[in-house]
Amino acid sequence: MTAGDTRQGAGGGGGAGGAADGGWIEQALREHEEVGRSEPSPAEPGGRRVLPVADRERQVLERIDRARRRRPRVREERVTMSHGAGGKATRTLVEAIFLDAFRNPLLEPLEDAAGLSLSGVRAALTTDSYVVSPLFFPGGDIGDLAVNGTVNDLAVAGATPLYLSAGFILEEGFPVADLIRVTSSMRDAAAAAGVQIVTGDTKVVQRGKADGCYINTAGVGLLSRDVSVGVALAQPGDAIIVSGPIGDHGITIMLARGELDIEADVESDTAPLNGLIASLLDAVPETRAMRDATRGGVATILNEIATAAEAGVLVREDDIPVRDEVRGACELLGIDPMYVACEGRMVVVVPGDSADRAIAALRGHPLGESAAVIGHVTDGQPGIVQLKTAFGGTRIVDLLVGDPLPRIC
Amino acid sequence: MRFVDEFRDADQARALAAKIAALCEPGRQYKLMEVCGGHTHTIYKHGLEDYLPESITLVHGPGCPVCVIPMGRVDDAMHLAARPEVIMTSFGDMMRVPGSHGSFFDAKASGTDIRMVYSPLDSLKIARQNPDRQVVFMAIGFETTAPSTAMTMLRAAAEGLTNFSVFCNHVTIVPAIKAILDSPDLRLDGFIGPGHVSTVIGCRPYEFIARDYAKPVVVAGFEPLDILQSIYMLMLQLSSGRSEVENQYSRVVPWNGNTVALRAISETMELRPYFEWRGLGFISHSALRVREKYAAMDAERLFSVPGVRVADPKACQCGEVLKGVLKPWECKVFGTACTPETPIGTCMVSPEGACAAYYNFGRVERHRVPEAVPAGASGSAGSAGSAGSAGNS
Repeated sequence: MTAGDTRQGAGGGGGAGGAADGGWIEQALREHEEVGRSEPSPAEPGGRRVLPVADRERQVLERIDRARRRRPRVREERVTMSHGAGGKATRTLVEAIFLDAFRNPLLEPLEDAAGLSLSGVRAALTTDSYVVSPLFFPGGDIGDLAVNGTVNDLAVAGATPLYLSAGFILEEGFPVADLIRVTSSMRDAAAAAGVQIVTGDTKVVQRGKADGCYINTAGVGLLSRDVSVGVALAQPGDAIIVSGPIGDHGITIMLARGELDIEADVESDTAPLNGLIASLLDAVPETRAMRDATRGGVATILNEIATAAEAGVLVREDDIPVRDEVRGACELLGIDPMYVACEGRMVVVVPGDSADRAIAALRGHPLGESAAVIGHVTDGQPGIVQLKTAFGGTRIVDLLVGDPLPRIC
Repeated sequence: MRFVDEFRDADQARALAAKIAALCEPGRQYKLMEVCGGHTHTIYKHGLEDYLPESITLVHGPGCPVCVIPMGRVDDAMHLAARPEVIMTSFGDMMRVPGSHGSFFDAKASGTDIRMVYSPLDSLKIARQNPDRQVVFMAIGFETTAPSTAMTMLRAAAEGLTNFSVFCNHVTIVPAIKAILDSPDLRLDGFIGPGHVSTVIGCRPYEFIARDYAKPVVVAGFEPLDILQSIYMLMLQLSSGRSEVENQYSRVVPWNGNTVALRAISETMELRPYFEWRGLGFISHSALRVREKYAAMDAERLFSVPGVRVADPKACQCGEVLKGVLKPWECKVFGTACTPETPIGTCMVSPEGACAAYYNFGRVERHRVPEAVPAGASGSAGSAGSAGSAGNS
């Protein structure tokens, strides 16, 4: 390597990096210019008005805020693992590709389930695919997940889950004994949740083309209650609740893979939430929103609330229930439990003065024993989730970028 | 949780904040550099700046291993990874670093065999499982991670593995600190010393900073109270006109370092005559390469790499951010063109990068605790951001 032999980085100078790969940087810079132009900036080169530091920083923050509201676009030429991680890249992919292609009023809210009207009967429809690795882990297996996950997506939409479909993609060579184990779990989970698996599909692919067994389930539920829930309904002053300790499932999977040489006494929290939700809605029919905190964890749900409601969210780290084993593993691994997946926990938004009633209702159910108010919706900066840290400082909790742990569910 | 919660105690933090504020001379501005990216991460993750008076500015230093890797080296790594016989292994935070033709993640999506590992030893496991392939470990980091690379090489040699090699990008912290001290751009009052690096090299290598440059250094731990206490120790030195090297992190850092680790490094690696750092340019004797004795494990010798220097995209100001000349938000593309999803510069990639830390955690109005406002000062609480720019005109 010599100092004299220098190329300009991609997109930086005259397309030296090649149009195909370097183009996005130029594009990003063009967008940056556009954001800059649309602001009434007294700091433009011509203006030369020197602003105090705090004002300049605030101006930058406002510019970022505008940049974040731009229409999402997938810049990558190929799908990467980040697109499946439940964070920013997933949201971009869903909004820029799927929503763009299929746009309709039922899909647009991007809730966990769509609310439909079938000849006057209100129903909810959802679907989810399961690719968890390993297939069997402490506290459950891919079968439990495939039933509970879909049941929960219906339940958090306020529906009573009734019927499920089950589609299997099996790899050549997959042990039949394992398949029986998985289907037994599905049967038991369906019985526990009070749903029936009424239709299905089977495909087998060559060895190496799938990792043992993937499952897709779709679910239909009845919207019989006179409730209306959705994260967009959250309002300043509302209380934000989690139904129990967070991060158990994600940490269990991470440790079950055995790549980290860490052992801890944790198991997946996979569970059907429809019973818990029924108790909640009986006591607090004015509940504004419920979301099960799966991929991307509680942090992602909080961001969804702040974005959809165009409000601020403030939570207190001290109030967020996390088991010591999970916290310990997270500390060792340098990850934040707020982003770790749960499979039997939900985030609930209720009007501030209904919080005590909601907590009492949740704690009255075995799955909600450790339910806690973790924060509030505020009239602060719209779309921003703030955390009061246990240390006493303040920080943002943003959507996750990248993929800390693929194939969690 | 024991050994964690005690170091995040808000009452103790408030008490320290009051003591720090009391040491500030009225009218004087203090610029303290935290050298290590791990500290930058802690500072933003816990909202530590809420505890500091307006007159103290934390300047983020170059100690982020991913951030200082120049684009040319990323391209070299891509070149290695693209060879059909090679399995490239890398730590996770390297995966998203952009080269001029995309990142490891992009290459992986296009079919290049790149695997994420948690430890270089995982690369050995992959090498054993794939005897017909060449496994290359993308070795990055300061003296903190160099010993684990060295130990892995020694293990591979002992096992007689012939299909494992290292693409060595290890750098050393002291020449970078010296480069910053010699840089005319910046006037610093003191250093929060890098704790993890110091577990290996000890505290002695910083003595020249106190002696020759008359700046205090306090080697600090990584919990927020560690950092706050280190700031207090720096302020005590400054208020009494001292400049010494002190060790706040004595529960982990031995004054003389870890001789076993140092021996492993010097057995397998030697200083390069010069190495390019992103933003800081070429710094002599600032990086390590594999010794001749272990040439069979040196990916640069085994396979040719282009070794072309690639300049950063013109808009990228990572260099100024790494030197502490610019605050992250002062970079002209920060948060608009350059974000954690589509990073243009390295500082936006690693969780230890100053830009990523600020974007992910710090993009918010500061609310100083009352203790951090010195008696007689007014209007400080609630002002936006970590006030004070470091040398930006």
